[in-house]
Amino acid sequence: MTALLPERATAFDVEAVRRDFPVLSRVIHGHPLVYLDNASSSHKPVQVLDAEREFALQHYSNVHRGVHTLSQEATEAYEQARSTVAAFLGAQHDEIVFTKNATEAYNLVAYSFGNAKAGSRFALGPGDEVCVTEMEHHSNLVPWQMLCERTGATLRWFPLTDDGRLDLADLEGLVNERTKVLSFVHQSNLLGTVNPVDVLVRRAREVGALVLLDGAQSAPHMPVDVVALGVDFYVATGHKMLGPSGIGMLWGRKDLLDAMPPFMGGGSMIEVVQMSGSTYAPAPERFEAGTPVISQAVALAAACDYLTGLGMENVAAHEAALTGRLLEGLRRLPGLQVIGPDSLHSRGSAVSFAVEGVHPHDVGQSLDELGIAVRVGHHCAAPVCRRYGVPATARASSYLYNTEAEIDRLLEGLEQVQAFWKA
Amino acid sequence: MSVTSPESLYQEIILDHYRNPHHRGLRDPYDVEVHHVNPTCGDEVTLRVQVKDGPSGRVVQDVSYDGEGCSISQASTSVMTDLVIGQPVDAALGKAEAFLELMQSRGTLEPDEDVLEDGIAFAGVSRYPARVKCALLGWMAWKDATAQAVAQDSRENQ
Repeated sequence: MTALLPERATAFDVEAVRRDFPVLSRVIHGHPLVYLDNASSSHKPVQVLDAEREFALQHYSNVHRGVHTLSQEATEAYEQARSTVAAFLGAQHDEIVFTKNATEAYNLVAYSFGNAKAGSRFALGPGDEVCVTEMEHHSNLVPWQMLCERTGATLRWFPLTDDGRLDLADLEGLVNERTKVLSFVHQSNLLGTVNPVDVLVRRAREVGALVLLDGAQSAPHMPVDVVALGVDFYVATGHKMLGPSGIGMLWGRKDLLDAMPPFMGGGSMIEVVQMSGSTYAPAPERFEAGTPVISQAVALAAACDYLTGLGMENVAAHEAALTGRLLEGLRRLPGLQVIGPDSLHSRGSAVSFAVEGVHPHDVGQSLDELGIAVRVGHHCAAPVCRRYGVPATARASSYLYNTEAEIDRLLEGLEQVQAFWKA
Repeated sequence: MSVTSPESLYQEIILDHYRNPHHRGLRDPYDVEVHHVNPTCGDEVTLRVQVKDGPSGRVVQDVSYDGEGCSISQASTSVMTDLVIGQPVDAALGKAEAFLELMQSRGTLEPDEDVLEDGIAFAGVSRYPARVKCALLGWMAWKDATAQAVAQDSRENQ
């Protein structure tokens, strides 16, 4: 990553990027906003909003219905958006399913498997296993717990090491010939850990398990090629990657998507409907029942274009520089504990930390008074907090529009917070 | 530092109760123990209540608790115990209502110091919707435990 820096870093002009995000000029409690809650949700550049507005004002109609001009234009824009998203992830057009959010995408896969007839490769029952990890976001954990409850399958999980990594010591025991699904997070939203996809995929292949990779925190921050990753399913969401909320995406290998039973029934997902029963459209329509998220798809494609224009490797390099500066600064502050990997090795920009003697809520509230936005709480990953013996954490997560000066503002802010709460 | 500005959340009274909480630690005897959590942030409180018959109705004999949470939730629970211990149950429930009303006021209510005493320091919290549930955690646990204790008491007296 750093090898790319000298030449490519000059192409990445953070001040020019910032001009595309008007919200970054806001003043909060008398201080310029420092937005470090990007792992929760990112902001949108004007280009994304302009694209959505232009579409809504000039071309909007329902899609895949009717023959009038607007209907044709809207359908073309929607399907073009699918192609753009597919290209962004290294996938084919027909392999991208638009969902409401990432959560719906995990549920789509879990419920589809639950709907499979006995004997199907997707069906689960007693004796079968689903494997996840202890660092999953609730959205990639609870749907699998529910699937196991419905089918009698057993849920297993990789534990975590003290330094915030997956404990792979029992890889062969946890992923075994009974494992039907291995679903895990690419980049942890709480710890920042980037997991060794290759090691896990290799083991899953040995035993014939299907692999779902949660990319909600990787698609926004690093170059992603789903084919090179070698997984079967990949999930991401628009609002964490400069796009709108209300749209997520599931990538699946086409042969799998076409063989999977539907999740939700309704319009658009059918082939022939009779009173006695129906047949279903091939993927991706099979999984897009009802009027889809149309304008949001157009906006999401604009977000992908924006990121591609900057170059995802440049985005990753910029964030790595910020994350390195933050980790180094936190190390120098006494009473600050990073929860997760404390080096840049295989880690992303989400950095969770505990301030000794100050509850994360109070840390977050005090930082807000200084115009600094961080996330506090369990980050929808309560088992991770429990694993590290904290009720919650404060988390700073940078993105392409953050600057080194902003990281320094956070570090100075933390010193002030410590001084205030010590008094 | 701006977090100490008068408009801000962290009043001196709140910080005092946070650093030196009153009536903290679980005690015996008690009638009912409850465990309440704030699922969005992970704060939790375990709280015990003992009610006793007094000359003019039931009285809150003791409230004890243990918990983990932010300054607002911990201080609010401490203030609550000061306000309700030794009070007739009805009067204590009245204070809980007054505190709830204050928390839902979004900064528009002038609290009555005669009723809420140190609780008036939380008036500013009502301007921070994300923190209102912190301030209410201990109070809600107390109301729940007290309602159970009173119901239990009524059954035993039947």
